[in-house]
Amino acid sequence: MEKKLKNREQFNQRYARNLNTISRQEQERLGASRVTIIGLGGLGGGVCEMLARVGVGQLTLIDGDRFDVSNLNRQILSQEDLIGVPKAIAAKQRVTAVNSDVVVDARVEYLDSGTLYEGIKDAGVVMDCLDSIETRFSLQDAAHKAGIPIVSGAIAGVTGQVTTIFPGDSGYGLIYGQKTREQLKGVETFTGNIAYCALLTAALQCSECVKVLLNRGDILRNKLLIAELWSNVFEAVDLT
Amino acid sequence: MIKITLKLFVTLSKYLPQGNEALEISEQTTVEDLMADLGIPGDLVKLIFVNGKRENRDCLLRQGDRVGLFPPVGGG
Repeated sequence: MEKKLKNREQFNQRYARNLNTISRQEQERLGASRVTIIGLGGLGGGVCEMLARVGVGQLTLIDGDRFDVSNLNRQILSQEDLIGVPKAIAAKQRVTAVNSDVVVDARVEYLDSGTLYEGIKDAGVVMDCLDSIETRFSLQDAAHKAGIPIVSGAIAGVTGQVTTIFPGDSGYGLIYGQKTREQLKGVETFTGNIAYCALLTAALQCSECVKVLLNRGDILRNKLLIAELWSNVFEAVDLT
Repeated sequence: MIKITLKLFVTLSKYLPQGNEALEISEQTTVEDLMADLGIPGDLVKLIFVNGKRENRDCLLRQGDRVGLFPPVGGG
C-alpha cells in the first residue's frame, strides 16, 4: 500500500508538466500503450527519447546496426564512446536512464518481409524509422496483416515527410508509386541527412503517435506532411 | 500564357529555371509536358501535387496553380 502511494506520487511528479495538455486519464492510457520502433538511427533515436519522456509505457526497439562515426552528425543516441555498440542496446540504456518506468524490449536484429509480422504484431502503433523504401513496403504489408497503424517518417537533407497509415490504406504506394516498390533508392543517398531535420521529423512522428494512441486531434491519414527547411515550406499534401 | 508557381524538392531543385519558382507556361500544358520542357527525368519524380492535392502526370495546369514535384525520400 505504501509502495503504491509512493509510485502514485512519483507518477504525478514525473508527468506534472504534461498536464493539462494531456489529461491524467490520457497519461494513464499512454502508460498502458505499447509502441514498436523500427530503425534506431536519426529518426528512431529521437522517437525513443520523446516517447519515453511523454510516457508511453512499453517500447520495443529494433535495429541490427551498431553506431559508427558517420552517425554522430545527427543520431541523438550516438556518442563517441558508443561507437561499435548496437543501437538497440544504447537506445534501451537511454530510455531506462530517462524513464525507468518504461518497459523496454531491445532487439539487435534486422527485420525483413519474413520476420516483420512476428516483430510487430503485439504493438499498438509501429513507428517506421527505417532507411529502406523496400522494407517500408514490407512493413506496410505486415502491419496491414496485424491490423496495426504505422506512423512513418523519412528524411533527405533538410526535407522531412510524415504520414500515418492505417490497415488497408494505400500508404506508400501513393508516395513512392506501386511499380517501383523494390530497389527504389531514396535521394538521401545523395543528400545525406542533417540533425535538425531528423529530430524535427521524429518530433512530428511522436505527435502523430500520441494522437493515434489517444484518438485525439487531426491525424495525417492519407496526407503527407512535407517540411522543407531551406525555404520553410510546410505542406500537408492530400494523397487521396 | 498562364502563370504558375513551381516548387521542386530536394535533388529536383537544380531543374528550376534561374531558380525562379514563378513560371509562365503555355495553356494546355500538362505536368508531364512541364517536366519534359524543364528536362526533369520522369523516374526522379514520385509524387506530384497541385494546390496541395496529389495529381497524375496528365493533370492539365491552370492559371495560378501551385505545383510541387517530389522525389523518393527514404532516409531514417
